[in-house]
Amino acid sequence: MKTPAPFEYERAASLDGAIATLQRLGPDARVIAGGHSLLPMMKLRLAQPKHLVDINDLDELSYIRRENGEIRIGALTRHVDLLRSNLLAEHFPVFRDAEEVIADPVVRNRGTIGGSLCQADAAEDLSAVCSAVKAKVVIRGANGERVVSMEDFHVGPYTTAVGDGELLTEIRIPIRPGGSSAHEKVERRAGDWAIAAASAAVWIEDGAIADVGIALSSVGLTTIHLTRAEELLRGKGPTRELFAEAGAIATEDCSPMPDGRGPVDYKRHLAGVLTTRALSRARARALNQEA
Amino acid sequence: MNVSISINGDQVSREIEPRQLLVHFIRETPELTGTHWGCDTSNCGACVVLMDGKAVKSCTILAAMAEGHEIRTVESLEVDGRLDPVQQGFHEHHALQCGFCTPGMQMTARALLDENPNPTEEEIRIAISGGICRCTGYKNIVAAIRWAAEHEVTATQGV
Repeated sequence: MKTPAPFEYERAASLDGAIATLQRLGPDARVIAGGHSLLPMMKLRLAQPKHLVDINDLDELSYIRRENGEIRIGALTRHVDLLRSNLLAEHFPVFRDAEEVIADPVVRNRGTIGGSLCQADAAEDLSAVCSAVKAKVVIRGANGERVVSMEDFHVGPYTTAVGDGELLTEIRIPIRPGGSSAHEKVERRAGDWAIAAASAAVWIEDGAIADVGIALSSVGLTTIHLTRAEELLRGKGPTRELFAEAGAIATEDCSPMPDGRGPVDYKRHLAGVLTTRALSRARARALNQEA
Repeated sequence: MNVSISINGDQVSREIEPRQLLVHFIRETPELTGTHWGCDTSNCGACVVLMDGKAVKSCTILAAMAEGHEIRTVESLEVDGRLDPVQQGFHEHHALQCGFCTPGMQMTARALLDENPNPTEEEIRIAISGGICRCTGYKNIVAAIRWAAEHEVTATQGV
């Protein structure tokens, strides 16, 4: 029987209450939301928090809405709601692409976007998605809120900018004209971790790429932000050749490990192909030309 | 800690360790061993129960997290000797061999039909993709759920 090591359980009744509890308990406490990453890690003793603070009752953290020219997503929003949101699909279809292939529908009933991001597992899709669309996250502590970019949010493997006594509360994605996005993933079987996955967003103005975001999952110790490929694309026309060049950069700039899912050269190849495909699909959507 | 959970309409209270998983809380309740405990890693789906009407994997939820929520297990499907259409469909289409995945498959199917009474074969296959069956090759399970959908529609129209 796999059961976590002993801990104390506390259920938060309010956001301020959750933060006060986290402040009081300090580094010994972990937040639990869907629990579909944390509990498996606790069963394996890869995580052994002394206290769990359950935030599942904080309904005020579950929403997807448009506000101030941004899509704002509450941290407790579950995968199933991200998958089904027409608002999100209209502006950032990359979320629907990813959600269709994250775990399985039953797991998606529980897992949350905040939990996925805070887990900061390099094999996790939503970190790449949020990096590609240039999301910012809101982190709340006793002294108020701060807003950080995805680059600053991801500190390292399984490590984020969320400090002791703090809680990730919201994800914000600016809506800009001429943009669309896509996620491409290859997995060995339904619901498995990716062998490799690529998220891309492009914003096209006057026939040129005004801005672009590309990030990879499962091919390094952290989510890989392809800044070199982004720099290559910015300001140029969105051509097939250019996207193939971006794919070539992806094969170089990722750092996969060999494992049961495949050897390094295969994973590098896959990262390149998926980068090119994600860019092409994002472009087609931005120009309303998706097949 | 004392935890009190509504299971199939009955309030079940017990003193437990906070680390107890929902699947064990359910199975340690007399006459509620129908929910199966399988892979323990949220992969196999044998432990699926309904929590407020949604299919969830009870090996990856703490019992303490289920307090205040309505849990439904496979034991709730048959009422007064009358099988749920999902159970009847499994019977009609021989949708099980060893039966280990069956409680999870049936609860997943129940949640699907409650939300989408007339699912396509593809929708059924997506819905049950969180469950692993090593006997049937899924074909008969899909047929069973279609059977249930068709017979539920008939039953509803008959009322």
